[in-house]
Amino acid sequence: MKYEVTIGLETHVELATNSKIFCSCGGHSSPKEPNDCVCPACSGMPGMLPVMNKKVVELAVTAGLMLGCDINRYTTFDKKNYYYPDLPCAYQITQLFSPICVNGKVSVTTKNGVSEIGIKQIHMEEDAGKLVHDDWLDVSYVDFNRTSVPLIEIVTHPDFHSADEVLAYLEMLKSMFRFGNISECEEGAMRCDVNLSVRPEGATELGVRTEMKNMSSLAAIERAIKYETARHIDALERGTEVLVQETRRWDDTKGRTFPMRNKETEADYRYFPDPNLMPIVIDDEWMDEIKAKMPVSADVKAKEYADAGISEKEIEMLVSERKVCDLLDDTAALGCNKKEVAAWILTDCAGILRKNALLLSDLNISAQALSTIIKKVGEGKINRGIGKKVLTAVIEKGVDPEAYIKENSLDVQVDEGFISGVIDKAILANPAAVADYKGGKEKALQAIFGACMRELRGSGDPAVIKSLLEQKLKD
Amino acid sequence: MSYYVTKINENGNIAVDDTLLVKGAPAAAGSKILKGFEPLFSAEAVVRLENAGYTVLGKTKVGEFGLDLVGEFGVDANDTLKGAAAEAVANDEVAGALCVDLNGAPRRAAAISGVNFIKPTYGTVSRYGVIAAACSGEQVGVCAKTVKSTAALLSVIAGHDAKDGTSLENESYDYDTDLDVKGSKVLVIKELFDAADDTAKAKVDAFAEALKANGVVVETASFETVFEAQAAWQILMSAETCNNLSRYDGVKFGYRTPNYNNIDELYVNTRTEGMNLLTKATVLYGSDVLSKGRYTDCYDKSLKVRRVVYDKVKELFGSFDAILTPALSSTGYNAYSINDAFLKVYGESLFTAIPNLIGIPALVSGGVQLMGNHFDEGMLFSLALTAERSGK
Repeated sequence: MKYEVTIGLETHVELATNSKIFCSCGGHSSPKEPNDCVCPACSGMPGMLPVMNKKVVELAVTAGLMLGCDINRYTTFDKKNYYYPDLPCAYQITQLFSPICVNGKVSVTTKNGVSEIGIKQIHMEEDAGKLVHDDWLDVSYVDFNRTSVPLIEIVTHPDFHSADEVLAYLEMLKSMFRFGNISECEEGAMRCDVNLSVRPEGATELGVRTEMKNMSSLAAIERAIKYETARHIDALERGTEVLVQETRRWDDTKGRTFPMRNKETEADYRYFPDPNLMPIVIDDEWMDEIKAKMPVSADVKAKEYADAGISEKEIEMLVSERKVCDLLDDTAALGCNKKEVAAWILTDCAGILRKNALLLSDLNISAQALSTIIKKVGEGKINRGIGKKVLTAVIEKGVDPEAYIKENSLDVQVDEGFISGVIDKAILANPAAVADYKGGKEKALQAIFGACMRELRGSGDPAVIKSLLEQKLKD
Repeated sequence: MSYYVTKINENGNIAVDDTLLVKGAPAAAGSKILKGFEPLFSAEAVVRLENAGYTVLGKTKVGEFGLDLVGEFGVDANDTLKGAAAEAVANDEVAGALCVDLNGAPRRAAAISGVNFIKPTYGTVSRYGVIAAACSGEQVGVCAKTVKSTAALLSVIAGHDAKDGTSLENESYDYDTDLDVKGSKVLVIKELFDAADDTAKAKVDAFAEALKANGVVVETASFETVFEAQAAWQILMSAETCNNLSRYDGVKFGYRTPNYNNIDELYVNTRTEGMNLLTKATVLYGSDVLSKGRYTDCYDKSLKVRRVVYDKVKELFGSFDAILTPALSSTGYNAYSINDAFLKVYGESLFTAIPNLIGIPALVSGGVQLMGNHFDEGMLFSLALTAERSGK
């Protein structure tokens, strides 16, 4: 018999805000040491009240619009009660009754074609802290850095029918959110609960559903789906076990799932509306503001670059990093040619980064600095080789390009008299080469030219020097 | 016996009840479970008083999390329960006191001690720095000896605070105390009058007479909604208290039981040993009304009742300027067993629930309670001042 697997996903995405969702502590990427980033509010001390971070609403709406959702213009927060040491208030502020986004739809493409995935809802909530267990001392430590970091949870309809579709969807979310500055989507910032059931093909009723919680690695998700599908099919086909609706834990090292204790899964969360947070009303003005700030999608950006004459291969590299696109656009906005900037980024910058064992995503140069270098080269004020030297210094040492050029006297010597003197000296110092050149050996010119450039420490305009040199040798 | 759990400055002129935070002073909301907790900041209301030149003398005793009858200080020679803050004010220890009103305790205490207490319109005073129990209805109020000083202190602490998401936008409030009350109309709610004993009835009658003598029209009429309001607020208040007190789990601060072998025992024993029976009953009741099987019929229905009560009370204020009721069922309470506390407080909340439930202001003065429309504190102060001047 043939079987069909049906999967629904709940995906938690950490939002890229500067501060936490209800207090002014630093957001997703701030903390370094445990409990570095904690205040009386996010550690649950009495007397503190949650104050809504507007940016969270804006990012959630942006994500909703990207996923084709309807936006609830009146949205409220609820409290979800449960005890766990990583939850300092013993409740999580989330949205149950009136989530911010509903009824979305996206298409995902796999080798088997395109599938439509329905988005049931997106809601905002706060993250919990982390427990660090020391098995040796048999104690647990609590780290509240992650407490109250803003999340959105994206709940799909059970529209997936293969691990491939799930992975394609998650990859799409990742690139969409990274490109849209919704989330950095780095390791652990995107976590999935997978709801899975299997039924004989053609059956109308869904099979028994099991849930695997809190998985963040795509490879593990794929393995878990494949394992769990096979387990369900075995149970249906060969009666190896009776399937029950339950939450199971995926053990990636053992390569199998285990049932979790009932106690952990059958909680009554006693949700109720949070009286400390007023309903959020998104009026037309705010909505327009959010829409105006909507990031363009990677597809739109790619088309824009293609129109600017950038090659397909280059575009692919560029749009994989939103940061790089921003750098390119900002540099172009300062008066540089897009195609030229793309070449500087993908050839010169990337080359320098590679030497330092860094990736394009590590590129840290301002549009101002990059445009200064590109313009100086374009205007002939420094030559391209020097341009690259300056670029290296900017990327590696963070110097200011103008100051660096000045300090090292790298600008092109426009004083023709000075250059002429240098050339004369080089001709006198290389009589053999001069004779060879005059005897018809074109290549001999290179030795004299090289001597000139050495003397000028690379700062001369090579074209000018070369023509002057040829002129002098002709005379 | 002292009114204070902590003395802060012997020369101070203000008392603050132990559910409000004062930086550096232990804050326990009267509960063992917060033993040793020291806040890192002061409540906004305290800061505003200090900025206006007042100094906190000390933190007054309070019933655990403000859930009890009067903010228990103890019993006097006549075996009558007194509230610590109200007594400190009555005995001129301080010029005024800040108390959190979540279920009427400071109002009852003020009535018993013969001082004034205003529970202002919800959202006018910041709740920042209040050890929260019932967020949707609790407010910081002012206890003082005269109507004028009560109004003056309230105007110091009222006003917008960005640190409280439910704080209203007005930057400041000016409270009238001398409105011309002649010709204004006051309603005595029959059900609340009938629920009180003769001593409490006599207070209401005397107050009404004083008003009438100054040209105020006083009418008695039935308003059965008081019973629904009472039930709804007890449900919402208990649920929110259950939720807010969940954080006291022995993990982060306050009391931690020495008797545990695992995390479940840590939670259960800390809370069992750290809370009194009234708190536990409230928490259990609150947990029950939020549970899956009961949410729709209890909690959600109470939210709907709140809306109905709001509409009906607003309608009343279409024809009346204020409501006059007893503040409690009698003029005092004898000491009672903690075993009876839950039902006793529930019973007494009949008189006090509406202002907590729908956020209207309530002023206790001359041993009785006046309720007013939202932002109509000025009318309440003016009526009370009229009676005060008449010697009532």
